[in-house]
Amino acid sequence: MKLQTRHLLGLEGMSREDLTLILDTAVSFKEVLERPIKKVPPLQGKTIVNLFFESSTRTRISFELAERRLSADVVNFAAAGSSVSKGETLKDTARNIEAMKIDMVVIRHASPGAAHFLSRVVKANVINAGDGAHEHPTQGLLDMFTLREKFGRLEGIRVCIVGDILHSRVARSNIHGLRAMGAEVSVCGPATLIPRGIEQLGVKVYHRLEDVIPHTDVLNVLRIQLERQESGFFPSLREYHRYFGVTKERVAQAGHAITIMHPGPINRDVELSADLADGEHSVILEQVTNGVAVRMAVLYLLGSR
Amino acid sequence: MKKTKILDQAGFTRTVNRLAHEVVERNKGAEKVALVGIRTRGDYLARRIAGKIESIEGRKIDVGTLDITLYRDDLRGRLEQPHLKRTDILFDVGGKVIVLVDDVLFTGRTVRSALNALMDLGRPTSIQLLVLIDRGHRELPIKADFAGKNVPTSAKQEVRVLMSEVDEEDAVYLIDEDRES
Repeated sequence: MKLQTRHLLGLEGMSREDLTLILDTAVSFKEVLERPIKKVPPLQGKTIVNLFFESSTRTRISFELAERRLSADVVNFAAAGSSVSKGETLKDTARNIEAMKIDMVVIRHASPGAAHFLSRVVKANVINAGDGAHEHPTQGLLDMFTLREKFGRLEGIRVCIVGDILHSRVARSNIHGLRAMGAEVSVCGPATLIPRGIEQLGVKVYHRLEDVIPHTDVLNVLRIQLERQESGFFPSLREYHRYFGVTKERVAQAGHAITIMHPGPINRDVELSADLADGEHSVILEQVTNGVAVRMAVLYLLGSR
Repeated sequence: MKKTKILDQAGFTRTVNRLAHEVVERNKGAEKVALVGIRTRGDYLARRIAGKIESIEGRKIDVGTLDITLYRDDLRGRLEQPHLKRTDILFDVGGKVIVLVDDVLFTGRTVRSALNALMDLGRPTSIQLLVLIDRGHRELPIKADFAGKNVPTSAKQEVRVLMSEVDEEDAVYLIDEDRES
């Protein structure tokens, strides 16, 4: 059993076999996380650098925990205060870091394609931790893992991604991964925030929550960013909440239980009501726990091959 | 390829029963004893021996399964990445006498990995090693406390343990590879 790829750049085009191997391997690592000593040795002697050109708290901590729990040596790099602010190009930064004998690179960057670019210029294994509005594959995988754990399968389950699909790398990774595993995926949000032609990825498009809620098992609610209001994608947070806020009353119309997911950080009572976020059908904190297990699986499969 | 049966069904059962009695004798009962089998056949063997000890001593024996994949010293450089499975040890190993069970003892590297893996789970009072077949050729200073059968082998031969849980019979074969290697 071996992944067909040396890098994890995105879930687009990934085979069902590779996705299944990662998810199965993550099950074993979740067991490791429940032990008194949450550390195993397979990446001993490997050095991993976390290149974060964009600020991130949970993804960076999650990756770092995963790396340390596999016994890798970890170097963190944040763009602020680094040579990047002195005008160094991504290629030069990468080459310099590689000259220090790094085995794996985890990269978060505001430009779509940054991870692809890096994978072409360095010999290390590259893992995309989010590149602009393109992909965030480990988030997609941890969402899939959480759903598979909850439903026992991915085939045939109905997932609706709600909110700003246009700017969302989480949405794109979820769509590619879930479609490859045979889930039914839909998106719901204001017309200004749904990219044109997204139907070609095999998803259904809704513009009213009321229309999709009766036909879905899961709502994956995306964070709505305040900056988007300033650039005119929607009139106000109040109005966004009124039409696209996921609330108890709206969910109750489904007539069946709906699992609530959110990649975090949550704007409570804007895109998602607080009672649902903390409610019995919320798996938001499980997503966070599973994130570490899934990242351990990816690092292990790429790093020990 | 030449295949010689060195342990048949009846011999297999007698050996498992004897090993169970030896564990009880050495530990003067089985009060603190728990068995941990190394995946895959060590696991089935541990379950059988635990069953036998339960019938001798009339008490429940804890049994767990250890997956040593993450602790192997040959992870890198292998063509085939071994499939990672779960470790299932649902009891606390602290304060227990752990009998580590494997089917064949050869270089000792698997046992070394298993010892590291076990130590990461807690602090057992002691660890004893039980194997069905000891075939020699140790590369590490490791010795079995309980061995079902000592089988002198050459490095080119292979010892294959079959168990009815996953195979068609209970048996042990010695296999001579003809190829030059």
